[in-house]
Amino acid sequence: MISLDILYARVEGLDPDDLARWIAAGYVHADTDANADAETPVFQEIDVERLRLILALRDRLDIGEQALPVVLSLLDQVYALRRRLRELGAAG
Amino acid sequence: MADDPYQTLGLTRDATPEAIKAAYRKLARQHHPDLNPGKPEAEARFKAVSGAHDLLADPERRARFDRGEIDAEGQEQRPAGGYRQYADAAQGERYGDGGGFEDVFAEMFGARARAASGPRRGRDASYRLDVPFAAAVLGATERLSLPDGQVLDVKIPPGVVTGQVLRLRGQGGPGHKGGPAGDALIELTVADHPLYRRDGMDLRLDLPVTLQEAVLGAAVEVPTPAGTLRVTLPAGSDTGRQIRLRGKGVAALGSRPAGDLFLTLRVVIGPPDAALEAFLRDWKPEHPANPRAGLEAGT
Repeated sequence: MISLDILYARVEGLDPDDLARWIAAGYVHADTDANADAETPVFQEIDVERLRLILALRDRLDIGEQALPVVLSLLDQVYALRRRLRELGAAG
Repeated sequence: MADDPYQTLGLTRDATPEAIKAAYRKLARQHHPDLNPGKPEAEARFKAVSGAHDLLADPERRARFDRGEIDAEGQEQRPAGGYRQYADAAQGERYGDGGGFEDVFAEMFGARARAASGPRRGRDASYRLDVPFAAAVLGATERLSLPDGQVLDVKIPPGVVTGQVLRLRGQGGPGHKGGPAGDALIELTVADHPLYRRDGMDLRLDLPVTLQEAVLGAAVEVPTPAGTLRVTLPAGSDTGRQIRLRGKGVAALGSRPAGDLFLTLRVVIGPPDAALEAFLRDWKPEHPANPRAGLEAGT
C-alpha cells in the first residue's frame, strides 16, 4: 500500500488537483485504507507507474489532457489483449 | 546515448529550441515503450531520443556540447516503460478495458483456449510423389522420402491419376496432449509412358506389325505393364484395326473391374526389299479397290 505522501514523493511533478481529477475520471484507481478513515486513498505500484505514464504523455509527449482518455482506453485494450493472449499461450 | 544528439533527433546543429522540442515530441510519441509493448527496440530508441532531447533542451548544456566541453552522454534518467511491466502482468487487470471488449474477446477465444488445453489433433502434412506409369496401372508401393529424413511407404492403388491426393492416416504432425496425429496428404503425379496411353481404366497402344503379319496373321508378343502378352493377330488385319484384350488394362480394385487394353495395328513396310517390289510389280489384286474412294465426298 502506498500512501498519498509517498505517492507525491515518488511521482515527480504530480499536482494534487490533477490527481483528484484523474481519480474521479477513472484514469487512475485508488483504494481506501481499511485502517484509516474512508477518505484516505492508498495506491499500488501499478498506480505509481500509471501516473508517471500519464504525466509523460501529457507533459513530455504533449498529448494534451483531452486526448488522455482516448490514449489510455486504447492502451488498456492493448494490454488486456496482451494479457489474454499470454494466458492462451500458456494454456496451449 | 553515444550518438550525436542532433542526428538522433534528425536535426541540424542550428535547430531552434522549438524545432528540438517538436522533433523530440514526434519521436517520443512514436517510440514510448509503454505505447509499444510489443516492440522491444522502441525502448532503446526512446532512450536515445530522450537523452538527446535532455541535452539539447538545456541551453547551457547544449552550448557546452556544441563547444565540445561535454560529450553526448546524458545523465542517468529514470527509464521509461515502467508501466508496461505492470500492465503486462496480472496486476494489469486493475486497468481493464472497460468491460465490453474483454467479454467479446473471452467469448471468441474461450472456446479455443479450452480446446487448446485439451487433446488436439496434429497438423496434416502435404507432400508430392511421382508415380511411375506402371505403378499407376498395376498398383505398387512407392517410397516417399520426407524432408526430415524419414521414409514413408505409400501404397499406390491401381488406377490413380495425376492430381489425385492420397491420405495416410496418422502420418502427419504429432498430436498434442494425447490427441491423434495428423494425416499425410500426398499429391500424385503419374508419369507418362512413351508408348502406352491411359484412357480412364483402359490402356491404348499403337502396335506396329509387318506387312506379312498383317496379311497372313500371326502370333506376336506385346510388352504390357503387366508383362509380355502373346497376342494372335487374325489374317488380313489392316492398319487401324483394333484388338481388345479384356482385363489387361488398369488392374481391378475392389468391386471395380480391370480395364481393357486396346491395340491399334499399324502396318510397317520396313526398309526397301527387292523381292517385295518385284512381287508387287507383277501382282494383280484379286479384288481391285480404291482405298481413297469416298474421299471426294469430304471436299
